[in-house]
Amino acid sequence: MSSLGSCLTIRAAILAVSLSAGLSAASRADEVQAKLDYCKTCHGLSGQGYRGYFPMPRLAGQQQEYLQSQLRAFVERRRVNPIMANVAHALSPSMVAALASHFRHLDPRPIGGAPSRSLAAGKRIFDEGLPEANVPACSACHGSDGRGQNEIPRLAGQLYEYTVGQLTGWSRVRGQGTSVDTSAVMAPTAHNMSRSQIEAVAAYVSTLP
Amino acid sequence: MSIITRSACTAALLMVLSALTAPMATAVAGEPTVSVQNCTWCHGTSAQGYAIAPRLAGQRPAYLETQLKSFHERFRDNPLSRQYMWSATAVLGPQAARDLAAYFATIPPRPANDGNRNLAATGRTIYMEGIPDANIAACYACHGPNAEGIRDIPRLGGLSRFYLKARLEQWAQGYHSVPGSPMPLVARPLASAEIEALASYLSFIK
Ligand code: HEC
Ligand code: HEC
Ligand code: HEC
Ligand code: HEC
Repeated sequence: MSSLGSCLTIRAAILAVSLSAGLSAASRADEVQAKLDYCKTCHGLSGQGYRGYFPMPRLAGQQQEYLQSQLRAFVERRRVNPIMANVAHALSPSMVAALASHFRHLDPRPIGGAPSRSLAAGKRIFDEGLPEANVPACSACHGSDGRGQNEIPRLAGQLYEYTVGQLTGWSRVRGQGTSVDTSAVMAPTAHNMSRSQIEAVAAYVSTLP
Repeated sequence: MSIITRSACTAALLMVLSALTAPMATAVAGEPTVSVQNCTWCHGTSAQGYAIAPRLAGQRPAYLETQLKSFHERFRDNPLSRQYMWSATAVLGPQAARDLAAYFATIPPRPANDGNRNLAATGRTIYMEGIPDANIAACYACHGPNAEGIRDIPRLGGLSRFYLKARLEQWAQGYHSVPGSPMPLVARPLASAEIEALASYLSFIK
């Protein structure tokens, strides 16, 4: 206990000294690399996503503005996730910018593993929406290739289980607290889809390169 | 008998056994239906683990299967794996591995309870939250809220402190487990005090 305590104290002290002294370019690069390795432990060794006890989303090719907005949402508890709240809390703004730019430029193949029975139905929802259920075409905002733009996320190649989890649990995990954020744009769409429609569109986007 | 002498004795016994079992096993042609006794010699009669041989009872079957394959292919390569499990799996075919994995997975596991109680609370905090400033990932995200594991991600709860500690040290020392594993990156930033705390906490989980 005490040895771990002192070990953590030493780490904190090193951190404080290195911050106050200003980091050299080399140690700064090492610091970014160590943080990237940390993110990739959970998000996959090439940012392609990973199936742990919980699904860890693909970050590869993600829009930088979106990635940054979500890290802020985790810290401010507008988006509830205990794991990512801790992770995001420890990141400086310049670190966030460096990580976002790195992930944006990764391009591994989609991880796969989604059921293939309703891909055609999923494509239809993605391209045309479900007019009778007030669901707009996803492509209108997320792009016809599903790669997103600025604060609108890339969906292409995303883990099937993760997308299903987000769309079925939207109102419980996103847009929490009093201030309104960008998650409100998606709320009615997520709400108006049935479970099987969500599964179909999640399977379809998971296959997009 | 102290733990050291006991495991030294067991190690000697195991060496004799592995020398005996290896030629016996190779004599069987094709894919043998391996008798469970070949395994429980070392892993304990109810597979709860014995000295250096870890508990297999209650482990995720998909995990047991991937590790057996990895021993068979000589990919999992730490000194104890080489010395004992390479020969134990030398003639183990995929079907036999699957059968053994399914069998051991159904035995109810008992916790080793051999950690340091004073470190358990610290270990639990690292397990659940990681140490983000030190780039230590929360184990919880992959191994689950009660360290029960899922699919080919192993149950950690109740494994012995000795075994857990050795495993966590081996990745940082450059030994391999299975291709593409996230564990080398997980283990790299762990200091020995953190490994000690994690191993203690996990040994008590039912
Ligand atoms: C211990 C595992 C773990 C580590 C380490 C980790 N993450 Fe995460 N991350 C998760 C999980 C789990 C989720 C899914 C959260 C949810 O379901 O809402 C997630 C979600 C995210 C999201 C939201 C993605 C989206 O499409 O909305 C971003 C962005 C993110 N993580 C960035 C990072 C960055 C950057 C790092 C490294 C500094 C990192 N993560 C490290 C487990 C982890
Ligand atoms: C009006 C524009 C708009 C439309 C139409 C739209 N989205 Fe979104 N979507 C967004 C925005 C903006 C976000 C980011 C929300 C946030 O910041 O929390 C988002 C986020 C998402 C996310 C979360 C991604 C992640 O990585 O966590 C999913 C999944 C999603 N949308 C799926 C869909 C699907 C499926 C459709 C079609 C049925 C659709 N969206 C239609 C604007 C839209
Ligand atoms: C001669 C003694 C011995 C015999 C016989 C033996 N084992 Fe092992 N086994 C060990 C030791 C020692 C280890 C620990 C290796 C390490 O630390 O990497 C081990 C590790 C394992 C592991 C890895 C467990 C984990 O949690 O990663 C599995 C699975 C396993 N043995 C299964 C079997 C099966 C199945 C058999 C019978 C076919 C068997 N063993 C026979 C000594 C033995
Ligand atoms: C991103 C997912 C992930 C995270 C995070 C993770 N693990 Fe693992 N762990 C795995 C996988 C997958 C395996 C099995 C593959 C292998 O043997 O390398 C494993 C295997 C292990 C084993 C071997 C068990 C045995 O029976 O031999 C131990 C010990 C372990 N992990 C401890 C930890 C600890 C402690 C942490 C937190 C500091 C942690 N893991 C975080 C995915 C993860």
